[in-house]
Amino acid sequence: MDLSVISPTLLIASLMVAATPILLAAIGEMVVEKAGVLNLGVEGMMIMGAVMGFIAAHETGGVWLGFAAAALAGAVMALLFGVLTQFLLSNQVATGLALTLFGLGLSALLGQGYVGIKVDSLARLDMGVLSDLPFVGRVVFSHDPMVYVSLALCLGVWAFLRFSRAGLILRAVGESHDAAHALGYNVRRVRLLAIAFGGACAGLGGAYLSLVRVPQWTDGMTAGAGWIALAIVVFASWRAERVLIGAYLFGGIAVLQLNLQTAGARIPVEVLSAAPYLMTILVLVLISRRAGRAGQAPADLGKPFHPAS
Amino acid sequence: MIALERRVAPSRAWQAIAPLLAVLLTMFAGGIMFAALGTDPFEAIRTIFWDPIFGEFAWYFRGQLLIKAGPLILIAVGLAMGFRAGIWNIGAEGQYIMGAICGAAAGLAFYPSESALIFPMMIAFGALGGFAWAMIPALLRIRFGTNEILVSLMLVYVAENVLASAAVSWLRNPDAVGFPGSRNLSRWDAAANPELIAGTGAHWGVLLAVLVVVAAQIFLTRHLMGFHIRLTGAAPLAAAFAGVRPARLVVFCLGLAGALAGLAGLFEVTGPAGQISIDFASGYGFTAIIVAFLGRLNPIGILLAGMLMALTYVGGDNVATNLGLPIAAISAFQGMLLFFLLALDVLANFRLRRSIGRRQAVTSGASPSRSVEDAPLGGAAE
Amino acid sequence: MTALLTLEGITKTYPGVIANADISFQIQPGEIHALLGENGAGKSTLVKTIYGLVRPDRGSMRLNGAPFAPSEPRAARAAGVAMVFQHFSLFEALSVAENVGLGMESPPPMRDLAQRIRDVSQTYGLPLDPGRRVGDLSAGERQRVEIVRCLLQDPRLLIMDEPTSVLTPQEAEVLFATLRKLSAEGAAILYISHKLDEIRALCEAATILRGGRVVGQCDPRETSAADLAERMVGTQITASQARPSALGAALLTVTDLSLLPATQFGTALRQISLEVRAGEILGIGGVAGNGQDELLGALSGERLSALGTVTLGGQDLSRAGPDARRRAGLLAAPEERLGHAAAPDMSLTENAALTGVSRKGLARRGFLRWGAARSFAQEVIDRFDVRTPGAGATARSLSGGNLQKFVIGREVLQAPRVLVVNQPTWGVDAAAAAAIRQALMDLAAGGAGVVVISQDLDELLAVSDRFTALNEGRLSPPRPASEMTVDRIGLMLGGAGDLEPAHV
Repeated sequence: MDLSVISPTLLIASLMVAATPILLAAIGEMVVEKAGVLNLGVEGMMIMGAVMGFIAAHETGGVWLGFAAAALAGAVMALLFGVLTQFLLSNQVATGLALTLFGLGLSALLGQGYVGIKVDSLARLDMGVLSDLPFVGRVVFSHDPMVYVSLALCLGVWAFLRFSRAGLILRAVGESHDAAHALGYNVRRVRLLAIAFGGACAGLGGAYLSLVRVPQWTDGMTAGAGWIALAIVVFASWRAERVLIGAYLFGGIAVLQLNLQTAGARIPVEVLSAAPYLMTILVLVLISRRAGRAGQAPADLGKPFHPAS
Repeated sequence: MIALERRVAPSRAWQAIAPLLAVLLTMFAGGIMFAALGTDPFEAIRTIFWDPIFGEFAWYFRGQLLIKAGPLILIAVGLAMGFRAGIWNIGAEGQYIMGAICGAAAGLAFYPSESALIFPMMIAFGALGGFAWAMIPALLRIRFGTNEILVSLMLVYVAENVLASAAVSWLRNPDAVGFPGSRNLSRWDAAANPELIAGTGAHWGVLLAVLVVVAAQIFLTRHLMGFHIRLTGAAPLAAAFAGVRPARLVVFCLGLAGALAGLAGLFEVTGPAGQISIDFASGYGFTAIIVAFLGRLNPIGILLAGMLMALTYVGGDNVATNLGLPIAAISAFQGMLLFFLLALDVLANFRLRRSIGRRQAVTSGASPSRSVEDAPLGGAAE
Repeated sequence: MTALLTLEGITKTYPGVIANADISFQIQPGEIHALLGENGAGKSTLVKTIYGLVRPDRGSMRLNGAPFAPSEPRAARAAGVAMVFQHFSLFEALSVAENVGLGMESPPPMRDLAQRIRDVSQTYGLPLDPGRRVGDLSAGERQRVEIVRCLLQDPRLLIMDEPTSVLTPQEAEVLFATLRKLSAEGAAILYISHKLDEIRALCEAATILRGGRVVGQCDPRETSAADLAERMVGTQITASQARPSALGAALLTVTDLSLLPATQFGTALRQISLEVRAGEILGIGGVAGNGQDELLGALSGERLSALGTVTLGGQDLSRAGPDARRRAGLLAAPEERLGHAAAPDMSLTENAALTGVSRKGLARRGFLRWGAARSFAQEVIDRFDVRTPGAGATARSLSGGNLQKFVIGREVLQAPRVLVVNQPTWGVDAAAAAAIRQALMDLAAGGAGVVVISQDLDELLAVSDRFTALNEGRLSPPRPASEMTVDRIGLMLGGAGDLEPAHV
């Protein structure tokens, strides 16, 4: 094995790219869970974002239109979940699973004519002097705009939850929907907005896969990224800054195993491909050991809300 | 203006009708989807739901129905036990794969022996493989409180990698030059899982599925453990008060589901699939989740739901070959079915009520979301 | 003078229940007005109507002479109506300041808000630290958060729903002082309670509700407690029968029981020791949230404790689960009926099997005998006069009082050696409460030991032979109930039980 093939610069730079789709999906899901809703359909919303983003970008020629379509598709899928769980009070776990199964099927259906086609991807930003800096310039300042959008989103969510009144209300709804209802807050509206936001974020994450990271459409291309995003929210104990750390950690593992594969490591390919999933399990175990059973989860996470109760 | 009002007790009638209504609604919405794809919706629906049972080639497709329904039912019954107790094993696909690999590997270790003990031994190892794979999330949950949903799902991706490595390296047929995939087990008499009655598609796995349905039904309604499973799902605190030990339940439910999924995999790899190959995983483990819900987490219901879902598989294949629709359409169709069912479920627990006229004294307009809030739960109790 | 709030013909029905029927009364500015009634009399529905959480089917309200029909609490708050809830309106994981801010229409920035909280809490003698997490506060402190939240909005009408249920008598005195000060400053208070003494001490006017209707209005300072009680309940309640107290040997012994809380905001049990003798009722008082649920869990076997801490007749049960404890004869009935003592969506037959399996022999070789379970359920229904269509009805379909009779009856009919109950008559109508207390006393008279954990001091004084109190997870030394006075109990509830010279 020739480890010298692996350049730290490239590794870190590609780590950020690899982490971006998961970061987008995870930060959205974190907001949803902060509002007390457990949407297990992230994978389904991501893959719908991936296919709709790809189709829109291909048909219109505009990558940004692709991202917009992806966000919309993710939000629409999420609202389907929202209506079922918030108005029809269906079980959140079952409905989330249904959303994933449905999304995987529908995306394959919609994308059948688009397999193997290429689209124009996002260009890297050239930040002049910054991008020319040695190491840092290559690592931090010469990515495509979506990488920075995801970072901005992360920062925005952090500030929103910490400083804004709307963020406080969202947290309150997730802590105790009965108390929030008694004070006159519209629990359903808050939750539906959070669900739609989470869906849009997952959609963007999916589109980042099909428009930037790969960039192509293949069936089931999210390959569990949505589930990993869910795991990262748990890992992050529902805190935005830790979501960022978690996503980049995961991105690092994903990139490292790819690099090891190309470097011809004497480890079977299958072990390397399975590594990110095994790492996720390991991290989940470490987290649950530390946090105990309940941890920092919003108190009313996943509980159905019927206003009269 | 319509409001939801909680029923005092869930309506049994609605619980029974909801799946049928969901199927009808799915046919309708699916028809629209097919029309949008440029296919005659009526022909597509007929090809899916009618032709496999009553059409020209029904003699062939009916057998296919049982072949598809067997593993679905077997897996779904196990999953339903856990779902009832609030234990969410969604990694049955991985347990299915590992059961097949373990069983196949155990058998192939004795190739080409023709001992009559080989097949029973493979069955045991198949169950054990699925069981062991399911024990990973089970033990992590009871030891560390790790979320079993995520762990069991991550293990599906790990199992797929194990499958790939088995197919290309350590279980690869040494006599087949260059081709990935194991020896063909269905053509090795000692390991084969043949059709028991020609033309029916019924192999040992199908027979076991029927037995498991009956046993599970009795277990859930009559056995103390079954009662505890239902109790845990219905009221976890009351279950703790009754003395139910959650850890035992987690091990039992995940273990049972894993063993049954492993058996489903074993019967598949020794019968219809024939060998361990890269594309052995066919999504039964995920579809079984839909089957479990469609069957109301009730063994008898699962039997019917499994047959229905098998129909959409067989019919979906036909639609794909005859009408040129993509195979993926059928997954979307199945997902839709689950959605409709979940949406209709609300009617089992709540009743729709037309709100009484406009209030005279209260002038402020009622928004749709608010009217529900007038409905009682515990009524006027303070 | 114009009344502050006028209610005219407020009517609200739910299917099968008339919560409020044609309710009319007035509240004057600066008045402390009592709304008196039993559980289920319609008090909560009425105040929710005033606060904009429930809209009436018929009737109208006027505030300061102007039509008042709040469509949501926000509108009510804007009009100057504030409410302190009995349950469910605080967020445990959020800070005091955040909790206060959430209850205000246009809260100032957090830093200013913290200062204003300090100011108001000083003015009214309700010390509070704005930065603390509400989950870490005691029940009394939590109530202060709610009151301060209301006071910051300068309410014209303050609604208080059973405020003293979470307070010791001494804390309640502090609250009354605050309320009188508020009233002197011109704010009206609508005070909801079923405790007659405090209403007679505090309120200037009272409206009595029964079965959703106004059955009387009076000046409580000039009406006797007996008169008020009779109007509230409608019939005379026969007092529980006294029973001979012949105490036997010690049955249940708890020694140095300490347990960490099971949940983030739970209470730790600290070195609890107690002894229950055959034929005695041990009453355990305490303000909500001082470890009552935890103590019940430690005795029922839902939580296991260190070896040697819980013994029944010499048998160590510390490491035995609920079923093993039931076999040994230690039975329990938790506070929460729906979801803890009974599974809401399961039938009474299934709920009978929930705890009756071992002692009633309802299972054979692991398989349940449903026929026997049904007979047992029917026996409970018959013997305890549970009003229900039959053993097939779900627990949820029963009224609170009937379900509680079923839950207590289920344990009593298993002939326990020791029975532990938590809040046996909480939210139960007077007739059912009397029946339940009688059943507990009969059980003790029959030679069993009974532990009654309750927040209702009158109940404890009526049934117990000895009395002790839980405070922050500690148990005070038990005293004979005959020696107890309300003042003494108050000190015990406040954790000062040890201050008195021990003479037991």
